Parts: sequence; structure tokens; C-alpha cells
Amino acid sequence: MHISTFTERPYTDLSEEKIIENAGFFGVSNSNFDPEKGAQLYNQYIDNAIYCEELGFDGIMLNEHHANPFCMGSVMNVEAAILARVTKKVRIALMGNPLPVSDPLRLAEELAMIDMISGGRLITGWVRGAGPEQIANNINPSYNRERFEEAHDFIMDAWTKKGPWRYEGKHYHYRHVNPWALPYQKPHPETWIPGLVSPESVIWAAKQRYTYFALATFVPPTMEMWELYNRAAAEEGYQAGPECFGYMQKVVCADTDEEAMELAKNYVFGGGQPAFSRFEWMFPPGYNSKAATQRLAKAFTEPGTGEPIIAAPDLSGNVANMNEAKRRIYEDSFNMQVRNKIIIAGTPDTVLPQLRELVETLRPGVFSIWQIEGGDTTHAQWKRSMDLIAENVLPALREWSTELGLTGPSEVKPGSRPLPADGKPEPVTGRPADAAAE
Amino acid sequence: MGSEQSIWRSTVETNAGTELTIIEGGSGEPLLILHEELGHPGWLKWHTEMAKSRRLIIPLHPGFGVSPRLDWLQSIGDLAGFYGQVLKEKGLGPVDVTGFSLGGWIAAEMAARNETQFKKMVLVAPAGLRPPEGEILDMYAGPTDAYHKASVKDPERSPEFATLYGGEVTAEQFEAWADAHTETGRLAWKPYLHNPALPHLLGAVRGLPTLLLWGADDGVVPPSAGGAYQQAIIGAEFSIIDDCGHRPEVEKTAEFLDHLQRFFG
Repeated sequence: MHISTFTERPYTDLSEEKIIENAGFFGVSNSNFDPEKGAQLYNQYIDNAIYCEELGFDGIMLNEHHANPFCMGSVMNVEAAILARVTKKVRIALMGNPLPVSDPLRLAEELAMIDMISGGRLITGWVRGAGPEQIANNINPSYNRERFEEAHDFIMDAWTKKGPWRYEGKHYHYRHVNPWALPYQKPHPETWIPGLVSPESVIWAAKQRYTYFALATFVPPTMEMWELYNRAAAEEGYQAGPECFGYMQKVVCADTDEEAMELAKNYVFGGGQPAFSRFEWMFPPGYNSKAATQRLAKAFTEPGTGEPIIAAPDLSGNVANMNEAKRRIYEDSFNMQVRNKIIIAGTPDTVLPQLRELVETLRPGVFSIWQIEGGDTTHAQWKRSMDLIAENVLPALREWSTELGLTGPSEVKPGSRPLPADGKPEPVTGRPADAAAE
Repeated sequence: MGSEQSIWRSTVETNAGTELTIIEGGSGEPLLILHEELGHPGWLKWHTEMAKSRRLIIPLHPGFGVSPRLDWLQSIGDLAGFYGQVLKEKGLGPVDVTGFSLGGWIAAEMAARNETQFKKMVLVAPAGLRPPEGEILDMYAGPTDAYHKASVKDPERSPEFATLYGGEVTAEQFEAWADAHTETGRLAWKPYLHNPALPHLLGAVRGLPTLLLWGADDGVVPPSAGGAYQQAIIGAEFSIIDDCGHRPEVEKTAEFLDHLQRFFG
């Protein structure tokens, strides 16, 4: 198992009221941004990543969002380039580069440079980008998936086909493709596909034989998607294994359960991840497939009938009533995340059995700890949490990994396992989805 | 709309290589109607009135949820070329035309390409030109119902507004608006709802009687765009309806009809 760690690198000098008044993080005015604070935070997050390497994690994960105090990594490749030089052995996983809003040739060059500077430690991740990334970069969301797939195929060619060559595609056009910087890893860097369990992306990842990495999603729909991956893999002629799956989990440790639970509330500051953006920016026109729009139409007109993927607090209509909005965040949404184990908080003794159950259920080959962050989390609290995790959780995860055969993608290449003789794939999750839902 | 069912009918015809759904109603000289960015709103009072003397022909634009999306269509100019072909195949030209908002933009692009396909043209608060003052309201910057509300000056006083957008949103409406949003975005995302070349291309229109009709308080396409259209189309008439928003056909139906009937004669 590859054990990684992640933080959104939030901007922390922001009043919660501003976020609630805006009904989400995206769209809060940058008049609230102070470069002095930004300078301190960017450097702090880099230092924290170095510290996580020292603690023994196998990987550091970065992500990219634009125009958003929820995540300061608007040009993630800059951070990755620095980490490539200042760390020694951790893998640097980019979860991920939003292909539709990027210039793919430039991206191919940047990533190749990061891979070379790090000596082949880069893990690339391709994403469509959340709705707000399309808005912030003003890229037509109707072509989101087309641009994603075309940019992906183009980058693979840019890395593997001898140049120079000319490219005339639908969305991208290049006269002269001959990037001098090429990846250190051959034929291309290891690749994981992060996502919020969209079926189209899961099937695409299975077809490409890429590890699919679920970003702190509810367990039952995650299991369904992994079995969907498994069926798509069988159609491609291979047996999916733990190396095909990654999972991210919010874990916070402290010296007492009460302290850990109180600290964990910082994850939902301003509404947390589910309050990333208002609906109209989260799902701009054409961003969703027709099938996804139909699912949304049902969820919108018959609230409560669908399976939640992430736990969104309803901030609408409550701008005038700050107390009610905060109650929804710190009681409804927070409790729901704790109940559904989206957040696992406590002393090591408290968190370990919960993590054991999760790992047995999902059988991931990549596991990432989403660090405590945001709100009024102090550096000392962050450090204590990470120290306790490194001392207690890391060794347990490694032990379980051996016991349960949870092979990571650098141990077994995704897509390399043969199907059983009868052609029917073995299940990839540890228990039936309905059992996990209880 | 059940009681109106006898007035109009929906047919699917193969036109310009695709299955185009067309709403038709009334009898008399044909009047082509090009619908707005939210899709064909359904059969309204003004349709009923107009259908007493005209045959209304309302094609549902490809990709707006009913007629299938055409992948090769990538701009409003492409859509104008498409409809030029449809008119030829149906033997409809020259024909009178009325276009609303995005539909007005389509009509203007068609006229710029070949004005002889039209007899007379009415553009109701058309998109298509960058307003010299103000901006075209971004339908993607807020929730759908905010855009609906912004399309009239006073939703309370527009009885048809409640018929169109009142009550709980149904799954069908949600999907239909999502389809319309998507295709409008696909064709007109950037530059948003206008074509910088259009004022110049409209210089080719030399003898097409044109009426520009605007609500004085249009909150979607600022009336200053009407002035720009008037400058671009030689001889165009520009009428303002007072105390009215972006959709005079819904908000000031009687006045709207007076203008239309006077202009078409």
C-alpha cells in the first residue's frame, strides 16, 4: 500500500461569515486576501510537506483550484516543482491537473520537468476540473469531457511520439510538437485518476488501466463505483486489484477523543468541502453528461431520494440567519460526516478500529490521510495530530496492507492481473455494499 | 396548454440532414419564429392571437432538448447557415421572421449572410451585439430562477410569467432548462452572446425592413444594443416599450402584438 497525505492548503485568514454570506467558498472576493498572510501560508505548507516526508509517508498530494480560498494551489505545478527539489524520496502526486482548462503542450513540458527534477517521483493525475475551474478560466464547460479526453491523448503522444509533428485536433491545434523536456519515467509517469465517483470517469480510468482515486466520498457509492471499475476492467480483459483503487480519508488525532472531535470541526469551517461552490457554478451548463443531469434533476426535485455522494450543508436562504447557518454546518453537516466516517477523529486507539474496518471494506492500494486544516487549527495541533498518526496509524496501515494483500500501483501494475479462468472477475471490495451502508 | 392543443401541432421533419422538430399553428402567410436561449417557452397568448392571421412556424433549435444536437454546429453563425438551408429545403423563402433574444441574434446572422431569405424582420431584444452601455446579463452567474425573474420587469404583474416559471420546478423543466443552458453555452460561451464581427457583417443588409423592439427596462440585453443594431442595419426602425423588461411578448402582450401587426401589416 502506498500511504500518502494531503491538504487543500486553505487560506486561513478569512472570516467564516464571508463564506456563509456567499453560500460557498468560490466567489468570495479577493479583497479579503492578504499577500503577507499568503506568503507565510505557502511556505508553511511546503515546510509541512517536508515534515510529512520525515514522518515516513510515501507520498505528498497536491491539488489545484482557482480563485478559491478553500485551496491556495491555483498553480499547483509551482508547488510540485519546489517539492521535487526540496524533498528526497516521497512521491509527489498531483490530484490532479485540470486538463480542459490547461494548455496541454505546456502541461506536458511542466510535468516532464517536475518528473526529471524529482528523479522520477511524479505521479500525474488527470481531472476534468470542478465546475468553478471552468468559470474561473472561462473554458466552455459544454466541451469539458471532450477537451479532457483530447488533451489526455495529446499529452501521451507528446511524451511518447518522436517529434517534431503537427497536430490538428478538435479543440487543440499545434504546428510544432517537439517538447525537449520529456518525462523521466517511461513511457510516462505513474498515473492516478482522482474523482468524486462519476461513473463515466470510473469507466474511463478502468479502460486506461489507471488507478482510480476516490476523494473522501461516502463508502457505499464508492464501493459501487469500484465494482463498476471491476466490470469495465473485466471487459478490457484484466482483473482489477487493490492497485487500481485509492481512497482519501479525513483523519485527525489528539491526546483525548474530546480534543480530537473539537479539532475535527475545523474540517467543516465555512461549510467545508461540500460548500466548495454554489450549485450554478458547481454544475455549469454542459459540464455534466445527460445521465448525470437526469440524476441531478431527480435529486433537485425529490430531495432526499438519492444517495448522497458528499454531505452538503444547505446554506441557501440562511444568509440572514448566521446562527442557523452555523448550526447546519457544525451540527447537521459535521455530525453526518462523523456518522458516515467521512471524518474519523479521536485518539489513535479510537481511530484505528474505524480505519481497519474501512481498509477491509474498500481494500485500497493507495490510502491518503487528509490532514486537519482550516478554521483556527494551530500549527501545534496540526503537528500533534500528524505525529500521532505517524507513530500509530502508519505502522498499523502497513501491517494490515501485508496481511490483507493490499498491493499499491508501484508494486503491481494496474491492469496486469489476469482474469480468473472462467472470465468472471473476483469482487474487489471486502464486503457487500449493502452491509457497509448499515 | 391542453386547451391550446387544437391550435398548434408538433411535427418532425428531415431538414438540412437532421430530424428537426417544428411547432406549427394558425393559417395565413408564414411567419418564422426563432426562440430564445431558454428554449421554446410553449404556446403563449401572443401565439394564439398571431395565429388568427398567420401560419406560425417555430423550429426547435438543434440541441435544445428536442431536436438532436448537431456536433458540427459550433457558433450562432453556423446555426444561421443551418436555418438558411432549412428555409431552402422547405421552399419558405423569402419569409417574415421574428426572433427573440438569442433567436433574434440568429435572425440577424441570417440576414447578414443573405437578406433575401427574409421579407421583413422583427428582432425582439436580440443578443448578438456588444452593448455600447451595460452588459448582457450572464445567465450562468446565478441560479436559473434568477435569470427567469430578470427577464421581466415585474414578475407579479405578468400573468404568463407564473404559467411559465411559477410553482415547484419539475424534473422535466429542470432537464429542459439544463439542455437549453448547455446548448446556448456550447454555441455562445465566449464571447458571451455576441459576435464582434456582426456589426460589420450587417453592413450587407441594404433593403430589409427591420423592426427592433425593446423593453425600456430590459435587464438581460441593455437597450443600448438596440442603438447599435439601428446603426448597423440601414433603415431599421427602433421601438421601445415603456415600463417593460426583456420579454415584451410576456409582459406587455397587447402592445407587443400592436407593434408586430402594424409592422407586418
